Amino acid sequence: MSGMITSSIARKVAMALSGLFLVLFLTQHFFINITSVFSADAFNAISHYMGTNAVVQFVAQPILIFGVVFHFIMGFVLEIRNRNARGISYFSYNGSANSSWMSRNMIWSGIVILAFLGLHFYDFWIPEIVHKYVESHPDDSTRYFGEMVAKFESPVRTGLYVISFVFLALHLLHGFSSSFQSIGFNNKYSKGLKGFTVAFAILIPLGFVFIALFHHFNQ
Amino acid sequence: MTTLDSKIPEGSLADKWTNHKNKIHLVNPANKRNIDIIVVGTGLAGGSAAATLAELGYNVKAFCFQDSPRRAHSIAAQGGINAAKNYQGDGDSNYRLFYDTVKGGDYRSRESNVYRLAEVSANIIDQCVAQGVPFAREYGGLLDNRSFGGVLVSRTFYAKGQTGQQLLLGAYSAMNRQIGRGKIKMYNRHEMLDLVVVDGKARGIIARNLVTGEIERHSAHAVVIGSGGYANVFYLSTNAMGSNATAAWKIHKKGAYFANLCFTQIHPTCIPVSGEHQSKLTLMSESLRNDGRIWVPKKLEDAKAIREGKLKPTELAEKDRDYYLERRYPSYGNLVPRDVASRAAKERCDAGFGVNKTGEAVYLDFATSFERYGKEQARIKHLDENDTKLVEKLGKEVIENKYGNLFQMYEKIVDQNPYETPMMIYPAAHYTMGGIWVDYNLMTTVEGCYAIGEANFSDHGANRLGASALMQGLADGYFVLPYTIGDYLANDIRTGPISTDLPEFEAAEHNVKSQIEHFTNNKGSKTVDYFHKKLGKIMWDKVGMARNAERLNQAINEIAALREEFYKDVKVPGNANSLNQELEKALRVADFLELGELFAKDALHRNESCGGHYREEYQTEDGEALRDDENFAYAAAWEYKGKPSEAVLHKEELHFENIKLVTRSYK
Amino acid sequence: MNLTLKIWRQEDAQSKGKIVTYKIDDVSPDMSFLDMIDMLNEQLNNKGEDPVAFDHDCREGICGSCSLQINGEPHGPDTGVTTCQLHMRMFKDGDTIFIEPFRAKAFPVIKDLIVDRSAFDRIQHAGGFISINTSGNTVDANAIPVNKHNADMAFDAATCIGCGACVAACKNASAMLFVSAKVSQFALLPQGRIEATDRVLNMVRQMDDEGFGNCTNTGACEIECPKGISLENIARMNREYLSASLKG
Repeated sequence: MSGMITSSIARKVAMALSGLFLVLFLTQHFFINITSVFSADAFNAISHYMGTNAVVQFVAQPILIFGVVFHFIMGFVLEIRNRNARGISYFSYNGSANSSWMSRNMIWSGIVILAFLGLHFYDFWIPEIVHKYVESHPDDSTRYFGEMVAKFESPVRTGLYVISFVFLALHLLHGFSSSFQSIGFNNKYSKGLKGFTVAFAILIPLGFVFIALFHHFNQ
Repeated sequence: MTTLDSKIPEGSLADKWTNHKNKIHLVNPANKRNIDIIVVGTGLAGGSAAATLAELGYNVKAFCFQDSPRRAHSIAAQGGINAAKNYQGDGDSNYRLFYDTVKGGDYRSRESNVYRLAEVSANIIDQCVAQGVPFAREYGGLLDNRSFGGVLVSRTFYAKGQTGQQLLLGAYSAMNRQIGRGKIKMYNRHEMLDLVVVDGKARGIIARNLVTGEIERHSAHAVVIGSGGYANVFYLSTNAMGSNATAAWKIHKKGAYFANLCFTQIHPTCIPVSGEHQSKLTLMSESLRNDGRIWVPKKLEDAKAIREGKLKPTELAEKDRDYYLERRYPSYGNLVPRDVASRAAKERCDAGFGVNKTGEAVYLDFATSFERYGKEQARIKHLDENDTKLVEKLGKEVIENKYGNLFQMYEKIVDQNPYETPMMIYPAAHYTMGGIWVDYNLMTTVEGCYAIGEANFSDHGANRLGASALMQGLADGYFVLPYTIGDYLANDIRTGPISTDLPEFEAAEHNVKSQIEHFTNNKGSKTVDYFHKKLGKIMWDKVGMARNAERLNQAINEIAALREEFYKDVKVPGNANSLNQELEKALRVADFLELGELFAKDALHRNESCGGHYREEYQTEDGEALRDDENFAYAAAWEYKGKPSEAVLHKEELHFENIKLVTRSYK
Repeated sequence: MNLTLKIWRQEDAQSKGKIVTYKIDDVSPDMSFLDMIDMLNEQLNNKGEDPVAFDHDCREGICGSCSLQINGEPHGPDTGVTTCQLHMRMFKDGDTIFIEPFRAKAFPVIKDLIVDRSAFDRIQHAGGFISINTSGNTVDANAIPVNKHNADMAFDAATCIGCGACVAACKNASAMLFVSAKVSQFALLPQGRIEATDRVLNMVRQMDDEGFGNCTNTGACEIECPKGISLENIARMNREYLSASLKG
């Protein structure tokens, strides 16, 4: 059983499962955000629910944070081990002959996403936590939409968001389908699944980009 | 000249092996732990022997020059392995396999050994399947078979065109298990450079660590040589670049007789030589002759046009093609034994019908099979069997499934697509039936020194049938040697460990070191390859597919002179205390230069044509081999006396009690 | 054709190596890549220089001895071949060719282009076998029918030649393709199922101990594998490993 924690395969499975979990989170996040394009009220209502529901706040949120932190730390741990495994590097290395750019640069797309998360936390999550648990404010179920739209006023921030989502797409293009291979799913359905993951990896980040631009241009 | 005692057990042919096993001495399990055995070579014979001896409880030290036992050249065997399983219900039996092998070998093998081989052949398949060797299967889940040259039944088990690989990996996996348990101590990248004989018994070897250059002494109670054949004496052969005769030659120099060197197999289906730069020839499995038809143009002018690139083979009408094997040997057709097929190809090419630039190639054509298989598939799949395009496509798929890797290999080397144009093939040196003389127990004339697999001379006579080398290697290693060696070692249970400080080790080591020093200090002007190529050319031209007394005499003199020049003028760069591939080659070529001479001498003395040995002076009117059973029904075992020219002949008369000697006919 | 070769030269395991440039002329397109290096060595030899050491043996693409990272790809630019089957017609007159050893911490250089791949052997010692002794009394080979599809897949996995191209190609120097091929071969056959649990656990442990990297599913190994070993084997090994870990 000890191999379950330390072995290379166990780690990669853990990487895959945490990644898949984050994909699920990303999906629900997207569907909540997209409501903001159609209806400020609906967005406010869902945001208020998510922000005040005890299960979401005290069960789902810690799990999510753990998942995010785990995925990043494990990513770095594996990257260090993998870099060490080569020893002396090649003078001539033609990686594009046998693998995609995305698959070889998960660490870089991951780091950009991590940086983005920092910004995102600074923009939304930290103010939200401070608002709710540090300072005391009267309960206001209509504040979310306005706060969000205000953030996309800045073209710099909007630009950073757009770039980050491009990297998210690159990360997902390899990571989403790769996680199925890691957990041992490779069979006649894999081709179809791959198509789905590629579509997902492009459409969801594109959707986020659309939301950001939508609010930027609808100030 | 003495007569050799082959120690064939009493009893009827079918009972000999069982009787023998029942009567020989055994070593009890506790004593086996105190006995060391050295195995040199880790191919099918050496690998399977090392694993089995370790399973029995002996301490095994295994040596190979490659970086892993898995790379021994058995891995390159393509077509298959024979076994008298009679799964196809086509009338196969132990006797028939025995008969086919003796006949295929042109009646120059020892009946008792061949029968034993046939007897254990079925066990090999059982053993390999249990080890996880993935043989080809039919849809019902049972094992599939194919046919090979020289037989009329389907008894060949196969794993696509990689049977040797799969069998070797099976033996390697059995070795791995024992290495993991510590029962085999594996010495990779080590070359045996001498045998140590103490009081007339083989007690160890001197080996060179090829990485550090260190000369090491290893002692044991018995030494097993499974180092393969000597076809690289031809320089260009289908053997691996590293395949060498050094271990076998060193034991020869220490007293083991070398037998029947002139029985060498020239394989008919190899990719033709393309240029001077080539160092190695590639075999196309004989199994291709199941489905391919061999032909050359009927008219000389067509052959010329093809050679000049003015005519494509596919453009030549059916009536202008000469399917010469089908013409000459209607009953076996394209599946005649290898020696017959090779000579027939040479005969056509010598007559001017060769089809590549050098005029040394014939066609191997699959068009008929594409059609036959395609129609069959069309019927199975309820498609239109008159649609030629479709039929061809389906047929090609079948062929691809059977020989895909071979077709791909051909295309990579020749740069022609064999699905579109017929393959070109030509004979090349491939396997050596001759080897170290051994008795029924596989012991050489040095007590305690054994030779197994291709390294020994035993089972194939003057010509080996396809898919029989794998069978013999594994039979020797899994099922014969592990029993017979116990008979000898039973007397050694009180010997205790053999010291490597004995003067015999000292002397052998000194010998090896001084030879190495000679090479590294010899500031000659020519590379090792220069000499090897020259030797190869002499061998191929004068001791090759067709021999005569005059050319053999020339070869003997030329080789002796070349050897002298080699010692004087060879250049070996670098030093002996590190990895030095030129030095490794020099040590091997030195032995080939002696072996080649003895080879020619053996060929000269055998005044008959038989199997792989074809003397132009001894042929029938229609050019078939003319055997002389009256004077040459014996194995010629040569004793080393300082140099090859002085080797002394010993005969083992071959007694045929169960098979009548007849002229081999495949017509 | 005339070529410039940039070859890794390293005296022995302890020495530091470097790239050395050689010019070679009159290379025939029909030569194999190793014929070309033979030619270079013959020239070096004649000049009294130390020839380039490289592993090779069968020269028909099956023994797995030859290696070489050629222009950044294991076994060079052609697909489905080993270096010995790579032909010079894949290159153009005037090309510069980088020739380096397979790189991995678990494959230390012995000399020049020769690396020590015994890590692969040790992984096999840990479990790459079915534990049966040799005897004439195993069950008849046809006693256990094997589904043809599984037998064919087992064969496909078993065609691995252990050359190490997967490790050399992988950006992480991972040996997963090699190990999974062996695990798969046995896992797919009824004879191999009996020890399947211990086998996969032991082989993966040894693989990790040897210092190979982790698989990140880039797929480079599958593309560079001269025998076309499929990534499905890695997925299968992951499944086998998970179920074995949960069981044992």
